[in-house]
Amino acid sequence: MDNQLLTTTQAVDPVFLFIFAACLLLLIGITAAMVWFVIRYHRSRAPEPTSQAEGSLWLEIAWTALPTLLVLAMFYYGWSGYLTLRSVPPGALPITAVGRMWSWSFQYQNGKTSAKLYVPVGKPIQVNVESRDVLHGFYIPAFRIKRDAVPGMKNHVWFVATRPGSYDIFCSQYCGTSHSGMISTVEAIPADKFAAWLNEGPKGAPHPGLALLEKHGCLGCHSVDGSQKVGPTLKGVFGSKVPVTRGGKPSVVLADEAYLRESILAPTAAVVEGFPPIMPVTADLSEADLKVIVDYLKGLK
Amino acid sequence: MSSVQTTTAAAGGFWRDSGKTGIGSWIFSTDHKRIGLLYLYSVLGFFLVGATLGLLLRLELMTPGRTIMGATTYNALFTVHGVVMIFLFIIPGIPASFGNLVMPIQIGARDVAFPRLNLLSWWLYAIGALVVLTALFTGGGAPDTGWTFYVPFSARTGTNVSVAVFGVFILGFSSILTGINFVTTIHRLRAEGMNWGRLPLFVWSLYATAWVQILATPIIAITLVLVIAERVLGTGLFDPGRGGDPIMFQHLFWIYSHPAVYIMILPAMGVVSEIIPVFSRKPIFGYKMIAFSSIAIAAAGSLVWGHHMYTSGMSDTAVMVFSFLTFIVAIPSAIKVFNWVSTLYRGSISLEAPMLFALSFVLLFSIGGLSGLILGAAATDVHVHDTHFVVGHFHYVMFGGTGFAFFGAAHYWLPKFYGRRYKEKPALIGWALMFVGFNVTYFTMQVLGIRGMPRRYYDYLPEFAPLNMVATVGSWILAAGLIIMIVNLWRGLFWGEPFQGNPWGGATLEWSVPTPPPTENFEEEPVVSHGPYDFKGAGVP
Ligand code: HEM
Ligand SMILES: [Cu+2]
Ligand SMILES: [Cu+2]
Repeated sequence: MDNQLLTTTQAVDPVFLFIFAACLLLLIGITAAMVWFVIRYHRSRAPEPTSQAEGSLWLEIAWTALPTLLVLAMFYYGWSGYLTLRSVPPGALPITAVGRMWSWSFQYQNGKTSAKLYVPVGKPIQVNVESRDVLHGFYIPAFRIKRDAVPGMKNHVWFVATRPGSYDIFCSQYCGTSHSGMISTVEAIPADKFAAWLNEGPKGAPHPGLALLEKHGCLGCHSVDGSQKVGPTLKGVFGSKVPVTRGGKPSVVLADEAYLRESILAPTAAVVEGFPPIMPVTADLSEADLKVIVDYLKGLK
Repeated sequence: MSSVQTTTAAAGGFWRDSGKTGIGSWIFSTDHKRIGLLYLYSVLGFFLVGATLGLLLRLELMTPGRTIMGATTYNALFTVHGVVMIFLFIIPGIPASFGNLVMPIQIGARDVAFPRLNLLSWWLYAIGALVVLTALFTGGGAPDTGWTFYVPFSARTGTNVSVAVFGVFILGFSSILTGINFVTTIHRLRAEGMNWGRLPLFVWSLYATAWVQILATPIIAITLVLVIAERVLGTGLFDPGRGGDPIMFQHLFWIYSHPAVYIMILPAMGVVSEIIPVFSRKPIFGYKMIAFSSIAIAAAGSLVWGHHMYTSGMSDTAVMVFSFLTFIVAIPSAIKVFNWVSTLYRGSISLEAPMLFALSFVLLFSIGGLSGLILGAAATDVHVHDTHFVVGHFHYVMFGGTGFAFFGAAHYWLPKFYGRRYKEKPALIGWALMFVGFNVTYFTMQVLGIRGMPRRYYDYLPEFAPLNMVATVGSWILAAGLIIMIVNLWRGLFWGEPFQGNPWGGATLEWSVPTPPPTENFEEEPVVSHGPYDFKGAGVP
């Protein structure tokens, strides 16, 4: 890594320190003055006021001018830190983060996608933040970066992980039922391991349907291992008898291919008992992909 | 009803002299004092509803995962909590209740300029509130969008957003009418001798607030209609797939909702500017600067809405301009704080309940305002935006600020209007518990935010668990204080010791009229010959 590179954390933290220190001083000053006056001039000690001063021009000028200088310093410092957050270092590795209700999916230049954000240590990363449905917020507290994912808009952030490790990614912009479950991590790994990971083919060739579930964000709410999340698990659905509510009336349906297709294309037509009717329509799903997914679900026992 | 009878029997004044009793004498009354009390009970009722919801939210956050409710319930609850607190409690809040009660008397008027319009405001408020409540129990159920109704989520969710938003639309008109009424009253109905330099600072603050209500509220009204159109007609104005822009909604929303925070805080600053001089027996320090800074805040505050949107994808130039302007509006608030503190210097300070609330306002508002500087600076805002830091920040300003000033006003003015008073000791205990509980709850939430916990978060990672537990325990202390305070006020005002004359030595006009004031306020037209804080001139001890 370029040793001169200022990380996003290094750009933001001094601004925090500066404003905190100034605020703390002011607060201590105000509190101390108040407490002192209240004790010293309490009616038990000061039965009569000893001043009827109605103001002082000099004091007003002083306590207008000094805070003005102070806040201008804060503004300037905050703004220059922000500029670092906005200036992506040249040569940064572009990765696209796609937010949807309620999962993140990361797409690398070679077309590979993953649910966690793998990055090489020491290399600046430019994350292009996109949304497929409502607003989300791409937030990595450890790197002090955040940017909203807005449908139809291209936003970006950058960061560099200087040490290997795992860092939380949260969704900061409220997006519905499972907003607080829209969590992922940055996995910072050494550059050589990252290169190997990026180029490794699908292991033991799993069904391509699984990759599609991940790509379209289905796994944010549905598991394929039998555990319950926001939505029912997809394991063993095919061929089972499912209690649903259709048009307000409860019934039990056999989960055949038609049911699977309907549940994906018109998610709120028949809603599984005990789950909220919140599954969104997957807008960018082609017929070919749908076939692959249904085929995968049939085999998921 | 019997309780009211005993009071009125003991108290007289506007409670009795019209000869009318019963519910009709209240909900169809055009007397500013009766309307003020109607508002007081309404907003206080909604405060208690909102506070209960807030306590439930904290209870759910006590431990990670599910504690007492599911995610969809939590999301609906914080939305309803926010909507109730903002639109039903704090925006009408001080102006409509204490403003109505006190302001006409303070300027020496018999009533507001348009008494019937005043009654209409309350009715619009009541109807708006009913519509909002209807939204909770009909259609797709309580809205789950957050009180900010951000698109595209608010355009898509199946919950009852349209009805709730329509209710808020009606509430907006109530607010506009109060604004028009107050501006006209303050211009036209001042008594002889009540020139602008003798206007109590509470009146100055209401005047500045009223202008914001008139000028900013129409924008939220239009914005909310557009959300309904988006949902019902599918207009697509905010839908990028059809040439619309979701960011435009945020601009429109905050063009009102940032100035709205001044609708919330300015009247509170006015209350504090009344209480501090009276309980220090000293004229307010820097009268002109405090009055002028209210106007400056109202004017400059209209230009800073973009500080809610630094991370939205708005251009960097816009971020720079909004950050700069945000720091500029911080200055008049700082000036006020310095002037309040200086008023104490060499006074004769009495720490009774109203004063304790006023002094804690200064402290809590300072903490809220200083944490606002973190949010105003672009670099630091990026990290804490949309986290619990913001939740802590606005509770400091709105609850620690406006809420505490509201309770200060209740302890200061209500005995005057009821002719009975609360007990001092329970008032102090209630205040102390609230003050401690408040700080434990919300300071902890600010720390959580700096550590990275987002807001509107039903569930959280284990690393946030200990502090969430602390914040929830704090909310119980806060609740205990609130209950003691409300019960003490309630019992005192209806059955307490008689309250007469001007025991605290206020120099503003409301202290020169009988207790409780008669319907006509003044027996003869007052002629004002001294300033609002000229205690010698008013002949008080
Ligand atoms: C007993 C007192 C209160 C408690 C315990 C409380 C607690 C809370 C909690 C836990 C949240 C949600 C945090 C989150 O998940 O993001 C919240 C949100 C909020 N509170 Fe309070 N609160 C109280 C009083 C107030 C008051 C007095 C006001 C204003 C006058 C207020 C205004 C709000 C607003 C506007 C929100 C944001 C709602 C949203 O995100 O849409 N609260 N409060
Ligand atoms: Cu989210
Ligand atoms: Cu704002």
